[in-house]
Amino acid sequence: MEILVCIKRVPDTAENEITVNKTGSDIERDDLVYSVNEWDNYAVEEAIQIIDKAGGNVTVVTVGEDDSEEVLRREMAMGANNGLLLKDDAFKGSDGKGVAAILTAAVKKGKYDLIFTGAQADAGGAEVGGMLAAMLDVPYASLVNKIEILNDKTLKVGREIEGGNQEMSEISMPCVLSIQTGINEPRYVGIRGIRKVASVEIPVMSASDLGVAAGAVGDAGAKVKRVDYFVPALGEGAEMLEGSTEEIAIKLIELLKAKGGLK
Amino acid sequence: MAQFFAYITYKDGVADDAALELVSAAKKLSADSVIAIVTGSGSKLDTVCNNMTASYKEVWKIDNAALAYPNAEAVRKALVNVLPAGSIVLIPHETFGIDLGPGLSIKMDSAYVSDAVDFEGMAGTTIKIIRQEFGGQVSTHVTCDTSKGAVITVRPGVFQPDESKSAGGKVVDKSGSAGDLSVSRKYLELVAAQVGDVDITKSDVLVSIGRGIEDVENIEIANQLAKAMGADVSCSRPIVDAKWLEKSRQVGTSGQTVKPKVYMAMGISGSFQHVGGIKGNPFIVAVNKNPKAPIFQVADIGIVANILEFMPVLTEKITGA
Repeated sequence: MEILVCIKRVPDTAENEITVNKTGSDIERDDLVYSVNEWDNYAVEEAIQIIDKAGGNVTVVTVGEDDSEEVLRREMAMGANNGLLLKDDAFKGSDGKGVAAILTAAVKKGKYDLIFTGAQADAGGAEVGGMLAAMLDVPYASLVNKIEILNDKTLKVGREIEGGNQEMSEISMPCVLSIQTGINEPRYVGIRGIRKVASVEIPVMSASDLGVAAGAVGDAGAKVKRVDYFVPALGEGAEMLEGSTEEIAIKLIELLKAKGGLK
Repeated sequence: MAQFFAYITYKDGVADDAALELVSAAKKLSADSVIAIVTGSGSKLDTVCNNMTASYKEVWKIDNAALAYPNAEAVRKALVNVLPAGSIVLIPHETFGIDLGPGLSIKMDSAYVSDAVDFEGMAGTTIKIIRQEFGGQVSTHVTCDTSKGAVITVRPGVFQPDESKSAGGKVVDKSGSAGDLSVSRKYLELVAAQVGDVDITKSDVLVSIGRGIEDVENIEIANQLAKAMGADVSCSRPIVDAKWLEKSRQVGTSGQTVKPKVYMAMGISGSFQHVGGIKGNPFIVAVNKNPKAPIFQVADIGIVANILEFMPVLTEKITGA
């Protein structure tokens, strides 16, 4: 089984408070801690668990800059066999479709039975996997929270749908699955694991290596463009309680009594 | 001007709330007319189509046995065959829309924008859309070039439903144009959500914990507060992902929909998926150490604090009082 997992380096929202810079052109990036997109980490873990049983290789790929190497290495420390960085100035400013087009070209350079993405990343688009599948003309399932291998051509997959229900389907390979958090428990990666892969060479492919026309991706090819970031004018919002912790607790208890929150 | 379509999702012959919200969403883009498009099979499909004629001047029906269960692959094929090139298609941004939308945009060769929370209007073929990133911590304006059409998923609950029901529309049967609907992903069955030890959908008071709890061992702090308040403990998604609490305790669109009188959001940032699971307009108290957490926009009472320090004090004041 050859599995490709598409990953992304993102600001870690568990470690950072995301704010908008002065001009609204970007988020404030000074002192941001970056990590691998949370959903992608579950996707890589799932891929590793599959090849542990079925044999094969896991390749992690990302569209990014040199600094994206660190997340490729992190996932290789988890157990991915290969890394691949897709990097070109022409890729900058790509919309979801642009990223999917770049990944499509990379998929066609290899031979994969399964392709995973995280269900979503920092921009909340939840779109690249579905686009990639449509471009490759292979089946797709989003929000996958269970994978069972039925035979060498077919999987049984569960999708997480509304209300905690799970939609089970049979899907033929090759296919693209977008992986939901909670599907597994991603393994811990220690310093030693990272050191082991620190000097492994990670191949880089450019637009010309991939045969991607520069005008079809990046800012030039994007139909969807982010104009600015902003913080919306707040509505009424919450009444904020202030004071010492004890004072706040006493005020809150009165409010809770009035609202039936204390029995 | 491009033709607008609204894809109608429904369950058991009843359209989702989003069906009427999309009428308002399309109006905000000054769409001259928006056509509802409904797929499925049999009498339930007919019921939905007939009901939609109150709100849409035209309702396109695609009836096919292959569409009896909303399989995104089959629906996509039907839409690609039925929709005119250059259409602008609005779809509710929930688990079906996420499954359908991206691939549909590729096969329609049109632009795709997901999870729109507002529209700022349309100039020529460019739509200006408001989205959110980083779990709602920041918003963005994006432009979408719709010269070759667009697929846009719209967040449920952000547009007011259009209740005027004065469209007096008609159903147009497009079933004959659906084409080949064979699929490579076959729907098997639905596995219903597990039932847990406590039914949080019946609770009057919930102490709900999120990432701010930091460690599984700290859940006991929330348990003690809940005990003091006579409340049950619920949680947000990361707590279930970490396997610290059962899935049946999760509040949100992918978990339980709760309707308590009082909801204590403890260390929960307040993603729209989480807030979407809180109904019945409860009194919401939010405690979060991040003063910019989106939860403070929906809460009645906000407290900027570390829940691990705040909850024990509150428990003590309640039990000591």
